[in-house]
Amino acid sequence: MDFLRPASWEEALAAKAEHPTAVPIAGGTDVMVEINFDHRRPDVLMDLGRIGDLTEWEVGEDSVRLGASVPYTRIMENLRTELPGLALASHTVASPQIRNRGGVGGNLGTASPAGDAHPALLAAGAEVEAESVRGTRRIPIDAFYTGVKRNSLEPDELIRAVHIRKAEGPQQFSKVGTRNAMVIAVCAFGLALHPGSRTVRTGIGSAAPTPIRATAAEEFLNAALEDGGFWENGKIVTPSAVKRFADLCSAACNPIDDVRGTADYRRHAVGVMARRTLTWTWESYRGARRTTEGAA
Amino acid sequence: MTAIGAPTGLTQGSRTKGGIGESTLRPDGVLKVTGEFAYASDMWHEDMLWGQILRSTVAHAEIVSIDTGEALATPGVYAVMTYDDLPTDVRHYGLEIRDTPVLAHGRVRHHGEPVAIVAADHPETARRAAARIKVEYRELPLVTDEATATAPDAVLVHENRSDHHSGHVPHPNIVHRQPIVRGDADAAAGRADVIVEGDYYFGMQDQAFLGPESGLAVPGEDGGVDLYIATQWLHSDLRQIAPVLGLPEDKVRMTLSGVGGAFGGREDLSMQIHACLLALRTGKPVKIVYNRFESFFGHVHRHPARLHYEHGATRDGRLTHVRCRIVLDGGAYASASPAVVGNAASLSVGPYVCEDVDIEALALYSNNPPCGAMRGFGAVQACFAYEAQMDKVAAELGLDPVEFRRINAMEQGTLMPTGQPVDSPAPVAELLRRVKAMPMPPERQWESSEGADVRQLPGGLSNTTHGEGVVRGVGYAVGIKNVGFSEGFDDYSTARVRLEAVGGRPVVTVHTAMAEVGQGGVTVHAQIARTELGVAEVTIRPADTRVGSAGSTSASRQTYVTGGAIKNACELVRERVLETGRRKLGSHHPAWATAELLLEGGKVVTDGGEVLADLVDVLEDEVVEVEEEWRHRPTEPFDPRTGQGDGHVQYSFAAHRAVVEVDTELGLVKVIELACAQDVGKALNPLSVIGQIQGGTVQGLGIAVMEEIVVDPVTAKVRNPSFTDYLLPTILDTPALPVDVLELADDHAPYGLRGVGEAPTLSSTPAVLAAIRDATGLALDRTPVRPEHLTGTA
Repeated sequence: MDFLRPASWEEALAAKAEHPTAVPIAGGTDVMVEINFDHRRPDVLMDLGRIGDLTEWEVGEDSVRLGASVPYTRIMENLRTELPGLALASHTVASPQIRNRGGVGGNLGTASPAGDAHPALLAAGAEVEAESVRGTRRIPIDAFYTGVKRNSLEPDELIRAVHIRKAEGPQQFSKVGTRNAMVIAVCAFGLALHPGSRTVRTGIGSAAPTPIRATAAEEFLNAALEDGGFWENGKIVTPSAVKRFADLCSAACNPIDDVRGTADYRRHAVGVMARRTLTWTWESYRGARRTTEGAA
Repeated sequence: MTAIGAPTGLTQGSRTKGGIGESTLRPDGVLKVTGEFAYASDMWHEDMLWGQILRSTVAHAEIVSIDTGEALATPGVYAVMTYDDLPTDVRHYGLEIRDTPVLAHGRVRHHGEPVAIVAADHPETARRAAARIKVEYRELPLVTDEATATAPDAVLVHENRSDHHSGHVPHPNIVHRQPIVRGDADAAAGRADVIVEGDYYFGMQDQAFLGPESGLAVPGEDGGVDLYIATQWLHSDLRQIAPVLGLPEDKVRMTLSGVGGAFGGREDLSMQIHACLLALRTGKPVKIVYNRFESFFGHVHRHPARLHYEHGATRDGRLTHVRCRIVLDGGAYASASPAVVGNAASLSVGPYVCEDVDIEALALYSNNPPCGAMRGFGAVQACFAYEAQMDKVAAELGLDPVEFRRINAMEQGTLMPTGQPVDSPAPVAELLRRVKAMPMPPERQWESSEGADVRQLPGGLSNTTHGEGVVRGVGYAVGIKNVGFSEGFDDYSTARVRLEAVGGRPVVTVHTAMAEVGQGGVTVHAQIARTELGVAEVTIRPADTRVGSAGSTSASRQTYVTGGAIKNACELVRERVLETGRRKLGSHHPAWATAELLLEGGKVVTDGGEVLADLVDVLEDEVVEVEEEWRHRPTEPFDPRTGQGDGHVQYSFAAHRAVVEVDTELGLVKVIELACAQDVGKALNPLSVIGQIQGGTVQGLGIAVMEEIVVDPVTAKVRNPSFTDYLLPTILDTPALPVDVLELADDHAPYGLRGVGEAPTLSSTPAVLAAIRDATGLALDRTPVRPEHLTGTA
């Protein structure tokens, strides 16, 4: 196995162009496990640890540009306001030691349906900044996941950053695991309210071959909120609408039975999480409206 | 206020500090928590090679061919060995039945069975070379459960059995079967006002010790071998290793290296013989360390069990009879299965009075992973089921579950189903009373001024509920465990104790072969020596085979048995020292001849406290050393047909109250509190006792809600051999663990002590299950309980 340690981003891109099968490694959360378990024997391993700007982030006007290797701990500590859904998801990743090393770039590179960041990215709305010696492109998150542990990166591309829309409303993230910490997802759910565009976005993890959005559920809820004037009047969303939304989220799943849980359980749990996270975010939205109105 | 440096009274035979009853700190504690302790996996030797084991990828197959050519040709590889390369005709080992091939011969019987071994100059080279060994398998039909094991056309897992159980088992795929019949269960059933039946399943738990199997074998110039090894019983290993190597036992010198937990999983051999074979073959030191994945295949697990119970009771809440059938899956090799069967059968009724019983326990041979010893050893599976039954019967009678247990609780003098009287305190009702009387944890502890604290809720940091769907439940359970080896086993230990004066101070050296696996034996054994010899400075020598056997660090027995051996050896040393004193100094003081003499504070004192001499003056240059075997009361085998017999040495009891909160919509559980009351006879080290009780309690919690090795029923392959999918409780899953320790002496045991380590593992699981049933109203007949079982989505 060849081990490459590019000193700069340009060097990394050149190396990736020269060795398209090279596996990039940053925190090593997934790659080291695969190597240790002998599931994967890459010819070339490329350590991105020397490239400093991968661990930096910039808060822009509308979005946060999050370097691919920004550790989850940093997201939890520094980006709770801008990226509340992702911060909650980051908190559920593994153990403190792994959160100090792992970042969203690795989650995207592996593209496992169980990656904790995916539901939050799908719900918030994000673009993956992929780059090669041929140039840079931004891949919408909805088009990024192409199959089980497959993504739309070209062989010569590396993930440099993720551009995530800054929260303009409440966001939530829930994950089911069979213990109370340090657990891989049986299934997970992310939800974000976007009052500016009067839309709700969702993300589902570990309940389909790829991370997915519950598109039909979103469309149903967007219409229901619009029709009832809920964004303006801030009323409680009717229980029947919440239930319908939850059912549609369940229906969006295409899960499997595996050692971590049954398909039926995953469908069921996604519905429960959809109902609860919608209730929490909507309560929070109503609370924020009341505070704003009270101040006006 | 104490003034530092102020004069204190001269030591006048005051009790020696650090004796029994004190919570002295363990000498290895700081080293372990700071990462300085050398575990077996940390060993290194100049010029050493690394051993690697090739394991079967299928559960049951004929080995058509093995081609080691490519592996041998790999640069850096020093040796590749298969069954055909074994040096003697002894090619099998086993704790009781020698049915386990050192390397597979013609056939593999379970997923992960060792087929070949490799030694290379780098662990990665060894791994790659092992992967280049070509093994051609022809798969055979699988035996995976009782139906497939005993079907008319069942494949025999072991043909031509000749072990001492083969004559009485109803089928060759049954390792051992133990019936117990007492009274007349049929007649008693006629007196029952209610009869409750239940079927239960207990999942396969792993010991999941944190230090994986490892050892270092160093070839000696005399043709022998030195083996540094993490194990539970050096001499048992030795008896199995030496014949395979073709060496006399004194040429296999074993030394215990740092053991990172055991829980029964190191009773069987793992890589011991493999490392020695490679070392002797290559003439170089060979180290083998399993990784976590391999560790899941490298040791036996707790037997999964199917249990059928029938309990009867009268309206006034008295048990009329118990009938039960316990089927344990022993997997491909016998390991400790026969003894586990004996325990499961004899302890199957629990700590209750019941005169009329009809019991059957058996262990299967199958192509599932081999199962054997684990903390609680057969009593755990039974306790899970009989305690579920006790709740069901109580509900049927409209009685409070604790009251129903109190009515039927055994006490000193009660006869076991085996006819053996319980001849020391059995405070079953009192333990239940104590856990019930403990204050309840406050409700809704998750509520705070800043909203819900998810760490206090089911799901924890995964943020699944802010209180929605959360229901509290409370459950109780109590259990009975035997202490020490049973059924007529010659269960002894050996201690060598030396007393001498070094640099003007008396010093004691204690040498045993006791395996310190984290239980705190080295701490408590030094306390015993201090108490008996009145000497503060005690050195516990490394455990090795240069001293006689200490028996196994299992069955809650080392404080009792090796502790007893040390106490006994100390007493003999004391007699000799006093003899010397009388001879040398007897003329100086009449008390030498007339008084009861003790050793305290480094001096010879009378029972009235008068100092007669300093120990160093008595000893001068003399070294007093005693090595002596010590035995507890003998036991006898259970009758093969009726199960009658005084089979156990001692019983220990613990009771738990579990308080849980269940997210009933998501099926997630948060155990809020697990309170325990246990009788320990005498707490030699109260802090260690509490540590044992809390550790056992959490291990029981694990099997209640998450720990299970999942074996594919179609392929008999292990599906979750990693800590990603075999989940252990984290600190966020670990509740408050209040402990109430009772000390009712057992007059037959040293200091009146009772083995502590296992009893808390029994009742913890059924208490949690009972609490979850209380919260959800579900029947829950299997453990661990997974979210799908609580949400109807299994």
